[in-house]
Amino acid sequence: MSDLISQNLNMIFKSPKGEIIHALKDLNFIIKKGELLTVLGPSGCGKTTLLNIAAGFIRPTSGNITLGNNEINGPGVDRGMVFQQGALFEWLTVAENVDFGLRMKKEDSTSTKKKVDEWLEIVGLKGFGNTPTYQLSGGMQQRVALARCLINDPELILMDEPLGALDALTREKMQSLVLKIWKETGKTIILITHSVEEALLLGERLYVMAPRPGRIHKEYHLPFAEMGLKVDLREIKKNKEFSSKREEILSMIWNMEEEIMGKDN
Amino acid sequence: MFTQIITILIFVSIVGCILYGRRLIKKEKIDAVFGNPERAKGGTHWIIVGSSAILLIWLYYSWDIAKGFYPKSANELCQVAKINESLLGLKYQFPIEEREFKSTSVIKIENNNLRKITLEINNSKDLNTQQKSNLINFVNKTSRLIPLLTKDELMEISTKIKLKEMTDELKLLSSNFKKKDYPFETAVEKSERQKAILEEGGWGITTVKSGTGSIENTMEVPLVPATNRGLKFDAAAQELKIISDKFFKLKNHNPQFKNSIKELKDEIKLYRDNLNETEEVASTYAKNILKIARRIEFASIYPPNALNEMQNAIVEFDNLQKDEQGGLRLIDILLFPAGTIVASGPSCSEQGSGRWLPKPSDTFNKFILMSKPSVGYKNIPLLWIDMMDVSKIIGFILPDWIADILPGEYPVHNKDGFVKQNFKGHVLKIVTGDFKLFKIPVPYGHIWDSFMRVFLGLVFGILIGVPLGLFMGLNRFAKGFFDPLIELYRPVPPLAWAPLIISVLGIDNTGKVFLLFMVSLSIMIISARAGASGTQLSKIHAAHSLGASKKQILRYVIFPNSLPEILTGIRVAVGMCWGTLVAAEFLAGTTGIGFVENVAKKYFQYEVIWITIFIMGMLGLLFDVTLRKIIDKTIPWRGKG
Repeated sequence: MSDLISQNLNMIFKSPKGEIIHALKDLNFIIKKGELLTVLGPSGCGKTTLLNIAAGFIRPTSGNITLGNNEINGPGVDRGMVFQQGALFEWLTVAENVDFGLRMKKEDSTSTKKKVDEWLEIVGLKGFGNTPTYQLSGGMQQRVALARCLINDPELILMDEPLGALDALTREKMQSLVLKIWKETGKTIILITHSVEEALLLGERLYVMAPRPGRIHKEYHLPFAEMGLKVDLREIKKNKEFSSKREEILSMIWNMEEEIMGKDN
Repeated sequence: MFTQIITILIFVSIVGCILYGRRLIKKEKIDAVFGNPERAKGGTHWIIVGSSAILLIWLYYSWDIAKGFYPKSANELCQVAKINESLLGLKYQFPIEEREFKSTSVIKIENNNLRKITLEINNSKDLNTQQKSNLINFVNKTSRLIPLLTKDELMEISTKIKLKEMTDELKLLSSNFKKKDYPFETAVEKSERQKAILEEGGWGITTVKSGTGSIENTMEVPLVPATNRGLKFDAAAQELKIISDKFFKLKNHNPQFKNSIKELKDEIKLYRDNLNETEEVASTYAKNILKIARRIEFASIYPPNALNEMQNAIVEFDNLQKDEQGGLRLIDILLFPAGTIVASGPSCSEQGSGRWLPKPSDTFNKFILMSKPSVGYKNIPLLWIDMMDVSKIIGFILPDWIADILPGEYPVHNKDGFVKQNFKGHVLKIVTGDFKLFKIPVPYGHIWDSFMRVFLGLVFGILIGVPLGLFMGLNRFAKGFFDPLIELYRPVPPLAWAPLIISVLGIDNTGKVFLLFMVSLSIMIISARAGASGTQLSKIHAAHSLGASKKQILRYVIFPNSLPEILTGIRVAVGMCWGTLVAAEFLAGTTGIGFVENVAKKYFQYEVIWITIFIMGMLGLLFDVTLRKIIDKTIPWRGKG
């Protein structure tokens, strides 16, 4: 029973000008173990705030969020995080980055080494262990970030636009990798993205969030992630259902954006 | 010899490289397009031309080429300078290099002064008629003094005879000067002179008295004439000096002039004595008139044609000595640019670029001497190695109180006058370094001292500044608490602290190391703080969710992340420390490169000054290159993350 349960989650910021910003309002959701949830929404709708709360980097103004009956009130090893830019430690090599968490826990070095090799193979970086991270390409850096997060065996993986900075080709490969890892490890994953296609492709469940105040606007249950495990991702994109869903969500977000613009002007 | 070879080599290399470069330009295709950046690439031959040109200019303007090719030229020019010095006073009296006789100009000036004072007296409102007439009377009497000196018929026979004598002496000198064996030196005189030459040494020689550890005695230009030509000039200069002295002693004062001036002086004195306090203006005018009369008395005023013969004799001799100089004049013009050798009183010296621009050969020579442990500078060499017993180091490191806290008492001498050692005594010997072990080489000297000061100041600054800076970058309390303190002392130029710190902590190492510690501390704190507070939040978040503790995040994330800033800070601090150290050593001290330069400045040892400048430049460069290497090795990820 290690579900992520959020009850009446509220997050209120005060901007430097003194304006009160309602980043999240009355968020209620349950994410079951092993689910892959994608979160989509226009900028400023509180996606990253939600993720940071789940990771424990910030605390909600009111309401509570629990992971398997434990209230989240600080960062922990049970929740791994993958960032947009990788956030790798560039003074360390690939292997040193990957085993960072294990070294911090002072685990046995031989078993650590074995694990590192295993994970490097899973993410497709076999033989890159001694490469300095600053020499890696963007896609490889994200692979290292994934491995670094997964080697700690977290219950919940939080991904903050992990593929946002990659080129289209690498992105597609990485999407398959995420699906593969999800399937093989059975981890709960929350993935934030600003790409509608990616959200549809990867999300078993999809939340479209709306801004001001940040809230869940619509929820979808999608079959594409399951399909993606068997079929090539490009095939799914040709699917009619996929296209109609994409158009639907795009116009929804477009309307939201227009609403904001209208408010601003 | 060495200078000659180098000069020739430089000439050859410059010409060769220019020719090679020209040929290359004609062949290379990239040179066809003006503005092609490829044109600026490479070209060792042009570098050789550039550095050779600098060397050549150095050699030329320091007169080292003159010294290399004509080592005796300075000595000969010194003798010529002696003649010029003796002639200068005489020439000044005649229209040789001046427009008119000195007598003429004095008469012109004083007549003018008298006219001015007459006008002033006549127009003055502070003087009554009586006073005016008295003063005008004095003025007239003064102006009547001049004709008494310039009238040919009033000139005394004895004065005429003396002038004739001097003229004859000059003529005799001229005729002797032409002769080859002038000044008719005897064998004894010659051997004495040779001995003096040997004792004196050559041009720019540095004499070192053994064991004094001093190179302060530099013979700038040897004084004793070493060549026959030089000897001639030297002897003539001495004779000229006598004639010149005689001429200046001679005064054209005939009895009538003597009476008139005595009368005038007495009258003015009497007049001024009888004036009361209210007539101060009249008294001042009378005093000024008397001053003019005195000036006329002491100027050598002669009748218009009385000095003609003497003038001719001087001109004749001057032309003669110029002819006699011959090739020396050419050397003076060509090889002694921007100055020459000048004689003044008992010594000759280089005046011009050769003075402050030391000759490469001399500089090299002095550098070797300063590096030698037997000579050094102020008894200390620039950099040398001393054998030091390891026990001294152990004694320095171990604190003495280790022996004090041991139980028991230190040994006391017994009635036989012996001291029997006990355990506590032995321990004391060890902790104070009073025992013998093997010896290891330890560097010492001025360069080492300066280096160690910078090094220690820097190390202390890093050891305290980096943790404090990291702490300040992470902690609100630390930032708030230490910030005012640092911001108060940091903007003060480090040298402004120097007088205070040196007077409190002493002129030796402690004060300087502390000063440099202050300099490096603020830089290190600021750079470490910037590094710590500049850590990307996502990296810290990542470390947190990977399960790192606060300590581990500091050690494994924040510290390595701030390394680029810290290392850049060290590089800046080294430069600042180096600059401050030299200035601090200027202020006070007994060793160090800055100290050497400061002492050299006091004695006008230009070679030493240039050597210290060169050493400082080289050491600064060495520091920077080393640090750059270290930075490239330690933080290869910089700018790539």
